[in-house]
Amino acid sequence: MSISLFDIIGPRMIGPSSSHTAGAVRIGQVGNRLVNGKVKEAKVTLYGSFAETGRGHGTDTAIVAGILGVNPDQGTVRYAKLLAKEADLNIPVLFSNEEPEHPNTAKVYVKGENGKEYTYVGTSIGGGRIRVTSINGMEVSFSGEYPTLIAFHQDAPGIISKVTSILALEKINVAFMKVFRSERRQGACMVIETDTPVDEATRLRIVNNVDGITEACTL
Amino acid sequence: MIDYTFTTGEDLLTICRVEQIPISEAAIYAELDREEMDRQGIMDEMRKNLQVMRESIREGLEEQQMSITGLMGEDADKLMAFSETAIMGPELSRIVAASMAVTEVNASMGLIVAAPTAGASGILPGVLIEYGDTHDLSEKQLIRGLCNAGAIGLIIAHNASIAGASGGCQAETGTAAAMAASALTELRGGTPEMCLHAAAIALKNVMGLVCDPVAGLVECPCIKRNAIGAANAVLCSDMAMAGIESVIPFDEVVTAMRNVGRMMNPDLRETARGGLAATPTALKIAEKIKNLE
Repeated sequence: MSISLFDIIGPRMIGPSSSHTAGAVRIGQVGNRLVNGKVKEAKVTLYGSFAETGRGHGTDTAIVAGILGVNPDQGTVRYAKLLAKEADLNIPVLFSNEEPEHPNTAKVYVKGENGKEYTYVGTSIGGGRIRVTSINGMEVSFSGEYPTLIAFHQDAPGIISKVTSILALEKINVAFMKVFRSERRQGACMVIETDTPVDEATRLRIVNNVDGITEACTL
Repeated sequence: MIDYTFTTGEDLLTICRVEQIPISEAAIYAELDREEMDRQGIMDEMRKNLQVMRESIREGLEEQQMSITGLMGEDADKLMAFSETAIMGPELSRIVAASMAVTEVNASMGLIVAAPTAGASGILPGVLIEYGDTHDLSEKQLIRGLCNAGAIGLIIAHNASIAGASGGCQAETGTAAAMAASALTELRGGTPEMCLHAAAIALKNVMGLVCDPVAGLVECPCIKRNAIGAANAVLCSDMAMAGIESVIPFDEVVTAMRNVGRMMNPDLRETARGGLAATPTALKIAEKIKNLE
């Protein structure tokens, strides 16, 4: 049996809903980590069931909490809007009528203090687990449950092996890896989920030493 | 090496019989078999869950609760204040009130432990902790109770479902009641067979119960369904301890519950399109919430 006792007795979480609250916090956290916890601007749009029942489930508050770096089991989740105000951040949350592919979907825009901007789409797939389905217009798929390296690059031969050999030198084991591209020989994106985190020095080596890498960020 | 994983009640009883152990110990063996945690780790993690459960009961009863919509918040206090007068008696009244308290905390964006879900999170802590406090049970015994409950939940999750969206409320508060009934029975000295009878009867009692949340929120009728779930668990444990058996074996009840869930119209599975959610009053509430802010 693959499930654990703690999938039944657990998780410890802020209510009222694992999908609409705990999952929403996790979607927000992706944005926080994309900009290394230094959020300058953010904006959220909720779709489907998130938009329909989000107010009553605190989905709007929960996703703001995540963007601020709060965990799903922290009591501060419910005060997220106050926390944002104290941090001098105005994070608007819009409720859209558009029908998404998955019922529990949110689109998040974050801008970091370093000026980097990301727009990503996250879905809450049940039990507090999530999946990020697009980032900066590129279709992707990852869970955020593992340390994740996201590298944008040109779609050309050899780039992937250069990145993985840097990881190998650092003894970072790859758990899952997927490559996505918009069109042949256009922009591409590799998402590498690892057992141990990719540290800042390694990330910089990938950005600076691998030709064709336009950007890399870690979650 | 013996394989301690189990996917059915029958497997679980065999392990208990062969090893001469209670269900809680079999649950720990199965978790050890996953090779992610050692025994101390399992105990520590369960202790943390127990502590959060206890705190959620306290918060629900002692602090002012108001759900996000303002629909619910103080019903647990009302029942607690009535406990000495209640026909069901003070002990069961306290158990039920504690279960409602946790669900009220959940509806108010407080910290809870999903057991097995957030919507059904009141039943297990209400039953175990209130019973434990009345009968001076140790923390270790209560952790055992949680492990026993986890074993029952694992079997139901494996063979049916614990999500309202796929199985209706029978899969959420029904499963939670079955888990609590079994755990309570072990804590009272019942055999593993008696635990499974208690769990089977609890599931049978709410077979077909639909998930029809007003405005799609975990408030109405969820908080009161946690109340009946807690009472259901206690009743079924009492029946099992009295020697009453489930005519239909636990595994067959779980399969039947899964099949009933599949037959259930999607309008009755958490979509808030049927049942209570489709009543005129519910629709008015839904409209009001949409216009909040």
